[in-house]
Amino acid sequence: MDKRFFFEKYGLSERDLERYLGAALAAGGDYADLYFEYLTSTSLSLDESMVKSASQGISAGCGVRVVTGERTGYAYTDDLAPEKILHAARTAALIASGPAKTPVVSLKDQSRPSLYPVSNAASDAELYKKVELVFRADKAARAYDSRIKEVRASYADELRRILVIGSDGTFAEDVQPLSRMSVFVIARDGEVSAKGNSGGGGRNKFEIFLTEKTPEHFAKEAARQAILQLTAVPCPAGEMEVVLGPGWPGVLLHEAIGHGLEADFNRKKTSAFSGLLGKRVASDKCTVVDNGTLNERRGSLNVDDEGNTTNNTMLIEKGILKGYMADKLSARLMGLPNTGNGRRESYEHIPMPRMTNTYMLAGDDLPEDIIKSVKRGLYAVNFGGGQVDITNGKFVFAASEAYLIEDGKITAPVKDATLIGSGPDVLKLVSMVGNDLQLDEGVGTCGKDGQSVPVGVGIPTLKIDRMTVGGTGSAA
Amino acid sequence: MATTVTSAELDLRELTAGVVKRATALGATAVEAVVSEGSEFSTVVRLGEVETLKESGSRALGVRVFVGHHTANTSTSDLSPAGVEQLVRGAIELAKITSEDPMAGIPEAEQQGQIAGELGLYYDDVYSLSNEERIERARRAEKAALAVDPRLTNSEGGTFDASIGRKVLANSNGFVGGYRSSYCSISAVPIASDKAGNMQRDYWYSVARTLAKLESPEEVGRIAAERTLRRLGARKVKTQKVPIVFDRQTAGALLGHIFEAVNGDAIYRHASFLAGKLGQKTFGSNLTVIDDGTIAGGFGTRPFDGEGVPTRRTTVIENGELKSYLLNTYTARKLGLATTGNASRGLAGTPGIGNGNFYLQSGEKSQEEIIRGVKQGLLVTEFLGFGVNLVTGDFSRGASGMWIENGELAYPVEEITVAGNLGEMFSNLAEIGSDLIWRGAVACPTLRIEGMTIAGE
Repeated sequence: MDKRFFFEKYGLSERDLERYLGAALAAGGDYADLYFEYLTSTSLSLDESMVKSASQGISAGCGVRVVTGERTGYAYTDDLAPEKILHAARTAALIASGPAKTPVVSLKDQSRPSLYPVSNAASDAELYKKVELVFRADKAARAYDSRIKEVRASYADELRRILVIGSDGTFAEDVQPLSRMSVFVIARDGEVSAKGNSGGGGRNKFEIFLTEKTPEHFAKEAARQAILQLTAVPCPAGEMEVVLGPGWPGVLLHEAIGHGLEADFNRKKTSAFSGLLGKRVASDKCTVVDNGTLNERRGSLNVDDEGNTTNNTMLIEKGILKGYMADKLSARLMGLPNTGNGRRESYEHIPMPRMTNTYMLAGDDLPEDIIKSVKRGLYAVNFGGGQVDITNGKFVFAASEAYLIEDGKITAPVKDATLIGSGPDVLKLVSMVGNDLQLDEGVGTCGKDGQSVPVGVGIPTLKIDRMTVGGTGSAA
Repeated sequence: MATTVTSAELDLRELTAGVVKRATALGATAVEAVVSEGSEFSTVVRLGEVETLKESGSRALGVRVFVGHHTANTSTSDLSPAGVEQLVRGAIELAKITSEDPMAGIPEAEQQGQIAGELGLYYDDVYSLSNEERIERARRAEKAALAVDPRLTNSEGGTFDASIGRKVLANSNGFVGGYRSSYCSISAVPIASDKAGNMQRDYWYSVARTLAKLESPEEVGRIAAERTLRRLGARKVKTQKVPIVFDRQTAGALLGHIFEAVNGDAIYRHASFLAGKLGQKTFGSNLTVIDDGTIAGGFGTRPFDGEGVPTRRTTVIENGELKSYLLNTYTARKLGLATTGNASRGLAGTPGIGNGNFYLQSGEKSQEEIIRGVKQGLLVTEFLGFGVNLVTGDFSRGASGMWIENGELAYPVEEITVAGNLGEMFSNLAEIGSDLIWRGAVACPTLRIEGMTIAGE
């Protein structure tokens, strides 16, 4: 691993770190940490068969946090000169008002998992190879059907180096690669227009875009959706049986229960799931985990942004609520295990409990049996984003590819529609769980309190006995 | 230009001028440099105790270069001479891999400039308070909310935020300009629970460019409490078609979709249901929509846009006719039109399109009168989710609000969706309220829309 990056680039020494943490704890406090980040990013975008834009950026900084009880002081600097970091530390220290504490600074790195490539991450590939990807996507999308009129393709990667030093002896360095391709197309047939989009990636080597997740794969998928949507009929409105396809529709879990199980909301008792540990929150067919330890996944991390190793955390086991996702602060205040879910968007942000890869384990049902069991309902296989109101538990997610199910058969494609439900109830209505668990292709970005972080989701094919579908057509 | 150029701004002007000069020396045929710096403060007080206190400043630089008709851009937070050199060289190197695009370029010199006069964008009083005073405002907002009713038992807190920023833009066609801006805001997010333990949360806020115009913490807290309390006991309603009234917040969100649909990027890519509709009577005669980047003190006001073109007032829709798209230099060239001074420019990436103060011209009736005219219908006060397809205009979002019966608000409603098509929805504006109030850069009075579908039970 590319160790000691910050020590070499910025001439950091153990004494500097002691000085910074000492300043942070000058007025007391339970805990202080320093979060150094150095992020390089590249992005390319193609439109009208031209690479119209190429961007590269460098962003570096240090965030200082002081925690005392439930209070957090935070300050950051994008200048890593010692006096600037000291100033940030003194600013963060304003939260506390007591006698100074002496930090325990350790530069002993523990052994860490190595879930993603570093020396040959996607960001290391030569630029012309990245350019080729977007041209290939353009060509493949246009070749799919002459009705594909507009194609936009983009490629983006980043390499994020972090160093976390805590007053409790925490010392963690990590190098986190992330890359992604996206394809967006518009199909036109006479007066009718429709869109399709697809994309994916992860914390992977560049080669994955040449083997598994090729530009052609994403381009064909986007084009297929757009052509299909040209003939979509209005989506019915009202309550009906809903079957979710495997993979990205797992955004249901993310919205319906994921956020509600983040420990901060439960510590503050502002979540509809507060106080439900050990209680039934889903049918006994549902087992849901948050797993930050999967190889090369978009939501995976060797260590979280507080320097803790990530975990495979059981959230719901056979329908019973087993655990919350915690960061240092909530674990300490709630007396819960720290699950390594403390994440932040950048050095400018205070960490909080966030999801990694959240998915439901496979069940026993055959996907075709699930479809067959539905007399009249909706089969939804692709979604845009979703949102949840943590407090009352209501959540939505927007289907971008869905079909009617009539007498156990998949029939007409329907137009975009939002599905709405109640988080604490919806998983109790899961009556069949497929044997076909899939994780998404690596496109998810989750927003919370103005902070965006990359995440993964997944489900097997699921049958939900009743959900409200927000179409404009007559009720199914 | 009326604003005085301070030494801090001079430093940034020198920095951007240096970047333009260096890039030109290295072979760029056109260059645009932007630098922004800012300070932010925020605090959250929850259940009377300070929960977070955050304060910081930052500064970063972005450059866009053209080598002939090839373009690329880079950004950095490293403003050391070595960092700046790397930024400029990186951009020129990167431009080699992009395609030749004859439309790419910065504005013509004669298009550039900035509007004169005091725009009221910056007041240093937003940063004048001590930390104790800032915390006190957040505390007062939360306290006022929780004091309204004993059912308000919990809270996500009261907040006070302040920020100031400065932006300087320079390009190789001779433009150089800069401006400062300031914001401050107060909010409260109380939580109410009923006897069964069901919880509801809502919020209210005030945002202003000067402390003098910020609503009192007590006022913000009181409204937040009322909005939260009225949601207790919310239920689903049946799937049906009824008149729907959108309050200023949700109507503003709908109008935001119209901005996205007249955005030149979406238009030239045919990614908007309004592409090709210029000059056509697309909506009802009661619809007039304006974008004005010049209103003094406005949240969408700037002296020049992200490319150094003066901002202006553009009539987007007049009496139902689509009169203008909103454009930057590139999208204008693509469409054979002139820029409307709507370029938006962050540090990284190519300029997009941003709105000025974007609003729907108000009508005659108050919200109360509009509600009184509805026999059976829904007042929507919040959206959930983002179910909008701009290509087709299809709209389907989660919603909550109040049921209207015989012209009166009857009971709260939740876990429903409202769906329609944006083109049809804005053609079916049965009523437009008189209550246009600026709480951001997009403002819309209360709207009553016919023909939408509620999906519920």
